[in-house]
Amino acid sequence: MTTADTTIGGGLTARLAHFYRRSEGARGLVLLTPTMLIMLAALAAPLALLALYSFWTQDGYVLDKTPTLAQYATGIGRATYRELFYRSVEISAVVTLITVLLAYPMAYFVAFRAEKKFIWLILLTIPFWTSYLLRVFTWKLILGYNGVINSGLMSLGIIHQPLELLLYNPTAVVVTLAHAWAAFAILPIYVSLEKIDRSLLEAAADLGDGPIRRFFRITLPLSMPGVIGAAVLIFVPTTGDYITPSLVGGSGGVMIANVIEEQFDKVGNWPLGAALAIASIAAVGIVTLLFVAAMRAAAARIR
Amino acid sequence: MSDEDFIRIDRVTKRFGNVVAVDDANLSIRRGEFFSLLGPSGCGKTTLLRMIAGFEFPTQGELYVEGARITDTPPHLRPSNMVFQSYAIFPHLDVFDNIAYGLRRARLKKTELAARVNDALAMIKLEGFGARRVDELSGGQRQRVALARALVCRPKVLLLDEPLGALDKRLRESMQIELRQLQKSVGITFVFVTHDQEEALSMSDRIAVMSSGKILQVAAPRLLYEEPNCREVADFIGTINFFDGKVLAPDTVDAGPIGTVHAATADSPGGKTLVALRPEKIVLAADPVPGAIRGKVIATAYLGERSHYTVAIPGREEPIAVSGQNAEKIVAKGHSPGDTVYLSWADGAAVLLPCD
Repeated sequence: MTTADTTIGGGLTARLAHFYRRSEGARGLVLLTPTMLIMLAALAAPLALLALYSFWTQDGYVLDKTPTLAQYATGIGRATYRELFYRSVEISAVVTLITVLLAYPMAYFVAFRAEKKFIWLILLTIPFWTSYLLRVFTWKLILGYNGVINSGLMSLGIIHQPLELLLYNPTAVVVTLAHAWAAFAILPIYVSLEKIDRSLLEAAADLGDGPIRRFFRITLPLSMPGVIGAAVLIFVPTTGDYITPSLVGGSGGVMIANVIEEQFDKVGNWPLGAALAIASIAAVGIVTLLFVAAMRAAAARIR
Repeated sequence: MSDEDFIRIDRVTKRFGNVVAVDDANLSIRRGEFFSLLGPSGCGKTTLLRMIAGFEFPTQGELYVEGARITDTPPHLRPSNMVFQSYAIFPHLDVFDNIAYGLRRARLKKTELAARVNDALAMIKLEGFGARRVDELSGGQRQRVALARALVCRPKVLLLDEPLGALDKRLRESMQIELRQLQKSVGITFVFVTHDQEEALSMSDRIAVMSSGKILQVAAPRLLYEEPNCREVADFIGTINFFDGKVLAPDTVDAGPIGTVHAATADSPGGKTLVALRPEKIVLAADPVPGAIRGKVIATAYLGERSHYTVAIPGREEPIAVSGQNAEKIVAKGHSPGDTVYLSWADGAAVLLPCD
């Protein structure tokens, strides 16, 4: 009997092992499983719950679970919320544009001109070794009423009274976010520039292109994956950022995430907060897809 | 400027730090010629080509094309185009746009541009491949696209940096013939870099042999093979046997174990010289021949159309390399190791080289 058991057990193990070795899919699944479990528990489940809540109604202290689109009607219909959606996307788009434009030359320098690339990459990422919150506070210190810029300008005698327009406005949000996310733009652009075969640039020069044409016909289109990656990497999280606008944005710099947070916290209207959150995800998704498609089309037109 | 000096390299030296890549090179390349730069890797041939292209600038010396000085001209303003060793095909463009790349600046009419690109596609026998993505092409096809992309610009000079190196043997041989025919039909001056001596011999009008940054000899293939001017050239091009010689008279040299050799020499009697004899100039016979040298076969290598023999002769430690055409079937016969053979060669088969 023992012999029989061993045979059956051994046979099953052997069959499983055989299946595991033969099937690419099975091996992939095993590698994915730990991450998948975490993602399911920590991301997919809350997101599903959020979607569920967005179809319910908060009636005082009672949660009415009759499915309705009322929250979406309020979220998109009310001018205040619509205004906030537009402003969030606008601020985020400006942040993305500025960050990518400033990051590109830096990445270009490290990829093409720098001799000690590793040191440059370390230097560029050092600010990002501290927490995001600390970096935002640093900008408060720089832009604040008694901040570095104001006291500097005053000690130089250029101004006699601290400037109040530096902090608590959308510009402060843009400046802070652009700095906070710079490394996320530099690194993907650097990687895509680094991958460009230098003989392609020589070939372009050989075929009659000067440095500027070479850049626009070879370097830029070949680094486009890095640029698109950087832009998406910045645009998606900054649209939903609420730390920076709440710390340096003031009333004029409020973004959609601040209102969502309010609905879940102070106001206690979870269904409306959920609907706003889902709508915000959809908005970011649509804008990102349009952006990626537009950039791809533009890159394909370069000859 | 004459056609003789179509490209002139005038005392060009290129240093990278302490390394001298090209050392005081002087060269004149003729109009319409297929010119090869031949040498082992690291001899400076690619650096010299890249200086003609404008990717490197000489540390000293001047470069001229058609009499115009181009020493400091950036590559995009030079009258040359290049076929790169890696082909450097633009991965984000299709075949048509790759070939059209150099023409876009010229602001040609759309129809004329298309006509020129399609002509180029026909020339490289890739009609209908215009819309293909370049990653769908084979190595040989990429090589052709690189060639068309350079030639469609109608350069005065086409520079080729080991363009056939990445192809397999059969494809390489057919491309050699095609490239040679193409050069004759377009009439553009080709400067071709290679380390493959057979390739250089079979394709070129003239060859410059380089070693350690120096140009050793510039000559037509036949002359280079039959009349090398120094030991290094003789050794690099093909196989050759060297014997120490002593000049007896203006046309007679005592070559020790192989007896006296008759060949013209400028050295005065009593001087030392180097006698060089190609393996295929030596005739092997199984029976004694008047004036022949007796030897013993040590090893043989059968290569189909010819065989290589290693033969030891009395009075010389180093065996002699001999090669013979297998004009008759030698299934049963032929020289085998241990056989006694008799070596002879025609008068004038040997070359005298300066001792170094």
